[in-house]
Amino acid sequence: MTAEQVVFILAAIVTLGSALGMVTTRSVFVGALWMVAVFGGVAALFILLGAGFLGIVQILVYIGAIAVLILFAIMLTPRVMGDPQAPRYNRQWPLVAVMASALASLLVALVLRTDWPVAQEGTPTIAGFAVELGKGFMTTYILPFEVASVLLLVALIGAIVIAREE
Amino acid sequence: MSSVPLSWYLIVAALLFSIGAYGALARRNAIGILMGIELMLNAVNINLVAFWRYIEVTGLAGQLFAVIVITVAAAEAAVALALILAIYRTRDTVNVEEIDLLKW
Repeated sequence: MTAEQVVFILAAIVTLGSALGMVTTRSVFVGALWMVAVFGGVAALFILLGAGFLGIVQILVYIGAIAVLILFAIMLTPRVMGDPQAPRYNRQWPLVAVMASALASLLVALVLRTDWPVAQEGTPTIAGFAVELGKGFMTTYILPFEVASVLLLVALIGAIVIAREE
Repeated sequence: MSSVPLSWYLIVAALLFSIGAYGALARRNAIGILMGIELMLNAVNINLVAFWRYIEVTGLAGQLFAVIVITVAAAEAAVALALILAIYRTRDTVNVEEIDLLKW
């Protein structure tokens, strides 16, 4: 077993184990901390895939912004955390568990049965560096870049308007 | 060629997506549902980057699409948390079973 495989298996165990901890823990606050570990594991997978810039963006945006935002929201809604006896799942959770397991089995079976047309070149010709990504965003992919910018602007202004006190 | 086959990444992403779907559908807390959706978006991103790395090596579209997905996830989280705070202020709960104003 090569070093890359060992690192992959460690990152996968951290990611999936933390994800299971996130959905099964009783407290949403502890779940949010598990979610930070999931994001870290996914960032490790990105870096292992050769997309180092995306791994850094993953840590900055998901752990630095989204996870902190979610932790703030949990602390701003204290009466939900206040009752430790409240059930964490709704009534249909056994059905959901069966459905999620079926979906996972179906997807894994499909992945294993498909013959993926893996490219034969050794490493990517463009190693995912920030320079190439920036050039791509400013030339070929300028339209999706601008659409994403406007979407983010509109969403953030909308969030401020919705959350503002009357 | 990398010593980790493509299917390993796809299997991890599939399992992460299923766990996220379970969290999003089974949780009673609206913030817990939002966290499940974030997991599902992360799983999709793993797939995008894995396909870029193994199949579409000469282009950049896979990584650029993943950046767009991260942007949309950030926008979605901001709007969803603002809505949750607004609902909490008026209804005093974030339990989705008690937020039934639109239920006939």
